Amino acid sequence: MNFDDTPQEAAFRETARKWIDANAPKELEAELSTSSLGRIRLARHDMVEVGKAWQKKKADGGWACLNWPKEYGGRGSTPIEKVIWQQEEGVYGKLTQPFQIGEGMCGPTVMAWGSEEHKRRYLPKLASGEEIWCQLFSEPAGGSDVAGLRTRAEKQGDNWIINGQKIWTSGAHYSDYGLLITRTDPNVPKHKGLTMFFLDMKSPGVEVRPIRQANGMQEFNEVYFTDVVIPDSQRLGAVGEGWSVSLTTLMNERMSIGARLATGVPEMFDYCSNLMLEDGLAIDDPAVRSRLASWAVKSSGLKYTSYRAISALSKGERPGPENSIGKLVSGTMLQDIAAYAMDLQGAAGVLTADAEETTHGQFQQMLLSSPGMRIAGGTDEILRNIIAERVLGLPGDIRVDKDVPYNKIPTKGR
Amino acid sequence: MNFDFSDDQKQLRDQARKFLSEKCSPKAVRVVLDGKAPYDKELWKGLAEMGFLGVAIPEEFGGAGAGHLELCVIAEEMGRANAPVPFSSTVYLAAEALLIAGSDAQKKKWLPAIAAGEAIGTLALFEGKGNPSPKNVKLAASNGVLNGVKKPVADGAIADFAVVAARTGSSGRDSDISLFIVDLKAGGVEVKNLTNLDPTRGQAEITFKDCKAEPLGAAGEGWGILTEVLDRAAVLCAFEQVGGSDRALEMGRDYALDRIAFGRQIGSFQAVKHMLADMYVSATLARSNSYYGAWALSTNAAELPEAAAAARISATQAFQHCAKNNIQVHGGMGFTWEFDCHMYYRRANAMALGLGSLSYWEDQLIDRMRKKNAA
Repeated sequence: MNFDDTPQEAAFRETARKWIDANAPKELEAELSTSSLGRIRLARHDMVEVGKAWQKKKADGGWACLNWPKEYGGRGSTPIEKVIWQQEEGVYGKLTQPFQIGEGMCGPTVMAWGSEEHKRRYLPKLASGEEIWCQLFSEPAGGSDVAGLRTRAEKQGDNWIINGQKIWTSGAHYSDYGLLITRTDPNVPKHKGLTMFFLDMKSPGVEVRPIRQANGMQEFNEVYFTDVVIPDSQRLGAVGEGWSVSLTTLMNERMSIGARLATGVPEMFDYCSNLMLEDGLAIDDPAVRSRLASWAVKSSGLKYTSYRAISALSKGERPGPENSIGKLVSGTMLQDIAAYAMDLQGAAGVLTADAEETTHGQFQQMLLSSPGMRIAGGTDEILRNIIAERVLGLPGDIRVDKDVPYNKIPTKGR
Repeated sequence: MNFDFSDDQKQLRDQARKFLSEKCSPKAVRVVLDGKAPYDKELWKGLAEMGFLGVAIPEEFGGAGAGHLELCVIAEEMGRANAPVPFSSTVYLAAEALLIAGSDAQKKKWLPAIAAGEAIGTLALFEGKGNPSPKNVKLAASNGVLNGVKKPVADGAIADFAVVAARTGSSGRDSDISLFIVDLKAGGVEVKNLTNLDPTRGQAEITFKDCKAEPLGAAGEGWGILTEVLDRAAVLCAFEQVGGSDRALEMGRDYALDRIAFGRQIGSFQAVKHMLADMYVSATLARSNSYYGAWALSTNAAELPEAAAAARISATQAFQHCAKNNIQVHGGMGFTWEFDCHMYYRRANAMALGLGSLSYWEDQLIDRMRKKNAA
């Protein structure tokens, strides 16, 4: 047992470190370091613009989408090299946020199901950040039940005509292309009538509307499709095979090993170490200590769980299922920590941005944002189902709509 | 990074699991549970023959000289099997105390006997209510004799010797405490068996009356040694707890697959699935924290105090959580004496107290994290 790199890993780390040291936008380091929770905001820069500049620089230096093949804009690296890169990229990794859905989900799907021509045309520009991709899966009637989606695609000559609505689309407003799953046959059971496409987000009939979230921010969009035309050549996989194609995408969503999830624990420990209550420092209070300790061991447990996965990668093995617990643990923890920090603030805990008393509403913002963490990318309930079924081998849910033609499934509003 | 046990260590784990599944079935555990024997003597002998008792004891003292990572994988299997033997008292507490502070003569006297299964040892620390603390040690040592009462002492009624924490000063400082080693078969002690939560592991009251004792380590250094022993034992116990958590989770999972109610496997109900998924989460966090503890233990890292406290808390929470929900998954049958669920429930809750309670270790963790942050 050790935490050391192998000689090859150490050499790779050294090369990466040197390149980052020579090329990273150091003027942004301080600002990026302090934005540990929630989304990043830069005071004087547009996030997408600085992100694009960093991504392009990485691509030119051969450091973009590391585990992709070279001919598609990657480096042909091993999974462990990608982890090492992420560790070294550190805070600058936050700049890659606009490209993560493209790199992690859309790109792998195009790679698995696209034609050679598609791959050569689209993947290198995705890798270099010159073209941004978004994922158009969720719908108002299909969140956890993605296969319940309604957006229609109807064949007309060599084209498909799209009508419907998507929701929770991150980055749709600055994306160039989108990965779109549609219903092409409502007369068969729901999983069987789906087809996957990609489309130019500037196509006529595509309308992007930002969603104002419960926390007041706007990070997601609704996307409306009115008679949007997609050529059949932009279909991924066979007609009716969309569900299988989507599994490629979703599996990649849950494979992000080494990505550090915010838990709120370092911030809370720091806060309690300095917060003066009536009877002394908060961290000297037995009730505070007990909660802090429980959160600290969850946070360290997640850290060492990811170390176990990294070790498996380092040996060239497939990591076990342990990594599936990350978001499930950290989402609830963020929410609990935020509420408890505010409890310690007493009446002043209601005050947000302007208040000295609440360190400018740091935990208040966490409180308002954390419900989204427990929903996006698989709700807590779906994640528990996944653990129960795929890790523990328990039976799947009894599905009353499984063998019923889609247009016969009872639903509200149709 | 290689944050995992080696292939040899994993092989040792498999070997221990196979041995224990043959020699330590729930039926065998029940002999002790039902009070028909104070511990499983045959199993103890077998553990000695397999070399498990002395796995971390150096060869010069009759052990296998393997190391603490090897002991961790064996500990996990001991917990999984709910073994009714004084393994933790003898190997994690008494032997570790001897390894840290024993004189050459003391090591030669006791360690080979431990490895051979001929001597059972324990730590006599507690005196009634309360957690590990110098001020809770009242038993007095003077002129080489001990006077006072220790309880509960794990496996005290079957132990051949005990490491005893005694008061040798009254300054109010840690240096008031010294450690002694007592041959419990040599007279001067009165041992009374106490009923306890987990009858598969005995608890005793030991009264020392002008009992002859040999110092273990330097006078006034007892508390420092004890702290180190408890940290090391916390990691090893965490592995037992991880093994117990996994077994309780498996029992619950298997029952949920087997049991039919409302015309379907109860494991198809989300209420049951989610309960089991949460048990998996706890057990996974505990395992990962314990691996870090194992690394710190085996390398004598400066991080050991913090790592040990984290492993202890995480594993205690996981075992309690898994053992309690295992009963819940089983429903009414889980609440019978006949089903094995309660054996893990008892063990989980007894282990949660043995080295100091959860709140004690939470306190320790925060102190240690602060110390690190300040440094």
